[in-house]
Amino acid sequence: MKLAPRRLLTIAIALLVLVLPLLPVPEFWITQLNLIGLYSIVALGLVLLTGVGGLTSFGQAAFVGVGAYSTAVLTTQFALSPWLGLLAGVVITVAIALVLAALTLRMSGHYLPLATIAWGLSLSYTMANVEGLGRYDGLLGIPALHLFGISLHDGRRMYLLIWAVALLAALATQRLLDSRPGRAIRALKGGAAMAEAMGISTYRYKVVIFVCAAVLAAISGWLFAHYQRAVNPTPFGLNRGIEYLFMAVLGGVGQVGGAFVGAGAVKLIEDKLQEWLPLLTGTNGNYEVIVFGVLIVLVLKYAPDGLWPAVSRLLERWLPLARRVIDWAHAARLPERGRPQAGDVLLQVQSVRKEFGGLVAVNDVSFELRAGEIVGLIGPNGAGKSTTFNLLTGTLALTRGSATFAGHTIAGLPARAIARLGVSRTFQHVKLLPEMTVLENVALGAHQRGRRGVLSAMLRTDRDEERRFFAEAQRQLERIGMGAQLHELAGNLPLGPQRLLEIARALCTDPVLLLLDEPAAGLRLQEKQALAAVLRQLKGEGISILLVEHDMDFVMGLTDRIVVMEFGTKLLEGTPAEVQASPAVRAAYLGTEH
Amino acid sequence: MDPTIAAILTLDGVGNGAIYALLALATVLLFAVTRVIFIPQGEFVAFGALTFAMLQQGNPVGSLWQRYGDLPGTLWLLALIALIAAAIDATRTWRLGQRRRARREALTTLALPTALVVLCVLSHPRSWPMLAQLLLTLAIVTPLGPLVYRLAYQRLADASVLVLLIVSVGVHFALTGLGLLFFGAEAFRNPPFWDARFSLGPLTLTGQSIIIFGSSAALIVLLWLFFERTLRGKALRATAVNRTGARLMGISPATAGRLSFTMAAFMGALSGLLIGPSTSVYYDSGFLIGLKGFVAAVFAGLASYPLAAVGALGVGIIESFASFSASAFKEVIVFTTILPVLLWRSLRDPHREEE
Repeated sequence: MKLAPRRLLTIAIALLVLVLPLLPVPEFWITQLNLIGLYSIVALGLVLLTGVGGLTSFGQAAFVGVGAYSTAVLTTQFALSPWLGLLAGVVITVAIALVLAALTLRMSGHYLPLATIAWGLSLSYTMANVEGLGRYDGLLGIPALHLFGISLHDGRRMYLLIWAVALLAALATQRLLDSRPGRAIRALKGGAAMAEAMGISTYRYKVVIFVCAAVLAAISGWLFAHYQRAVNPTPFGLNRGIEYLFMAVLGGVGQVGGAFVGAGAVKLIEDKLQEWLPLLTGTNGNYEVIVFGVLIVLVLKYAPDGLWPAVSRLLERWLPLARRVIDWAHAARLPERGRPQAGDVLLQVQSVRKEFGGLVAVNDVSFELRAGEIVGLIGPNGAGKSTTFNLLTGTLALTRGSATFAGHTIAGLPARAIARLGVSRTFQHVKLLPEMTVLENVALGAHQRGRRGVLSAMLRTDRDEERRFFAEAQRQLERIGMGAQLHELAGNLPLGPQRLLEIARALCTDPVLLLLDEPAAGLRLQEKQALAAVLRQLKGEGISILLVEHDMDFVMGLTDRIVVMEFGTKLLEGTPAEVQASPAVRAAYLGTEH
Repeated sequence: MDPTIAAILTLDGVGNGAIYALLALATVLLFAVTRVIFIPQGEFVAFGALTFAMLQQGNPVGSLWQRYGDLPGTLWLLALIALIAAAIDATRTWRLGQRRRARREALTTLALPTALVVLCVLSHPRSWPMLAQLLLTLAIVTPLGPLVYRLAYQRLADASVLVLLIVSVGVHFALTGLGLLFFGAEAFRNPPFWDARFSLGPLTLTGQSIIIFGSSAALIVLLWLFFERTLRGKALRATAVNRTGARLMGISPATAGRLSFTMAAFMGALSGLLIGPSTSVYYDSGFLIGLKGFVAAVFAGLASYPLAAVGALGVGIIESFASFSASAFKEVIVFTTILPVLLWRSLRDPHREEE
């Protein structure tokens, strides 16, 4: 297999890091690197949680503490194996993380960090006051680890284990981000409503990344305990928790490499400050926090992406990122759901109503849609068309009324449940993930058609399913004429193609009913004609379409029936010819003659 | 536990709770107006208590400024932060070519801190009457609020809540470190303002606790009047409800931010003066005190002023019972109560993604 140059460089760096202790490196630097490795493991978790997922935690140091104290207690007081200590630490950590997640993650994003502050403080006071945990003195005499019969009792030997774990954690995180769960995780920050409309439970993935980050911290704590051979409450306090977050922010919070850059930078800066500041102030004290505090503010103000973009630009110049290799040419098709008989009633909307305070945005609107039909929803601006869409797809909760889809009641269901029934949509204001490629954005639509999870992603046992996802995404993109732009970043596309991308993503969900919100806006004439042809072809395949559109030529030429809305109320329903002939519709759009 | 002890503990708890209520109200106010979750609110408490202590007793051993006179470190901290803010502002305006405006801005920022420094250097505030010292303390600590807003938050006004929260943590780090630099590591305990005692059956009500109840209640009433009856208060409420809308009506978010930070710093400093006689205050004690106000603010969903006040009294009472029955685990118990509070909140208003 031919390796991309970027990957060769990564492997070379990893090997260099691992052989370092065999070289005559001074003991001081081995100690520094050991600590940097331990910090990096924790910072990796925060990259996943904060940088990618848009959540944050100040309590990671407390999870490190759980990992360290679990093994310390089991090995010193019960003489059990350190491996049991690791297991216990991870199990306790997962349990705590699940409780905190269940309590906070259904609410706005800032409750999790507030809860982690309280939890971090509670844990450090507990460690400092419980007799069995040694109070402020902590626990001494933790045994060294043994691996394959070798005792890891000094820094140089421990180095290998610490860095092997750190590099494996980085590899696992990198793999996770490029997978089915990874795409969902990358949608959490800024794309949650879209992800829900693709059938993804964003709550579930928030829990997943919080637990992952906590487990990484606990593993770092386990290594720390067996490296230092003693634990006390100090390194697990809230201040260290904040420092971990700072490492991730300084390094470049969205990137796996940033965790290592940040951990290294913070450790080295801290050492230098502890050397210089006492000279400057004339007294000893924890003055480096002043510099760190000011640095956090400055970094967020002037370089919110941290140090990693600088490294990344350099890499990009010498070793451009390889495109995803197309290896899915022969991948099997994803499973498809059955389609209803043409002419059966598919969507039945009965007096749905939406009130925003005193404003009635949708006023008891009823209509139905049969399988294999294309129905247009038109009306002047502010008629309530997009609100009706949002009610039918569960993006907004309706005030009253009922809606059924293929016999299932969908009124009141969350967006993801409606999506899983086979209703897919596009958005009036395009919602895509600008940092992901076109192909990856579209593959997000196929999420609910696969089942591989986090572990498969980390172990790469998900590749077969991944190939099927990408084959499907490519097929849908080619169908709407975007086959040449698979590897472009979605954020670099003009508005027209971004709308087409949304249609491809909706098609990837294997929909029975497609709701398109102004699909032709921003398209040129030829593109509109091509889009109309695709929609007709979809209709031929038994997919039903409900569309909101302002381009009357497009609507009149394409739809079987049209529902006209004005001021939230249904004005008229009929064939394109009937609607065009109606004086009421003309009055709604153009005003009445006096 | 007999009812007398319970009554004593409750009274004690309500006393602390009244102080936490001020902090909780300040937290809710800042979040509503600026979306900043202001972790360092407690730092103003410590600064208030320590400034007053230094005016009363002089500088501690180990603080950087003991060599430079007998004045509270906060004075120099204020001068330093004002100088930095003035320098940044002036450079920016100067670059735009508006030299006269640059000079005027710098003078406005520096006027109050300079006046305070001159006043303190020329007179001898340690011999002032207590009331004058209290007012001087408030005058020194309160301007720190808008300066902190100016330096840390103003340019990030449109950032996400998450980014602002991380900035808050950075500000907390910086202020704690500066606190150590300017106040030293020693603890202070202030003398009570009023050492009268009144017996109410088995209970004893101290003059100090009457002052605490009185000032908290007065401040809450003043806040209410401010929000209901004044144009500026209504402007702040408008900003809290809809920032863009308020901006279109000519309310500057920066002015609203500065005003709310001024109020928060004032409330913090006042809390520090109130709590100073009943507990030893170190340079970093403010953090824990502020976080207790925070638990109450979370109870209020960072949104409701009355709920925040109720929550604060609850926190105070839980704390006083916890310190009686398990004193080593007092803080653990207080901070663990945030878990049922969060459970209650998440059941009460399950959240829909805001985008």
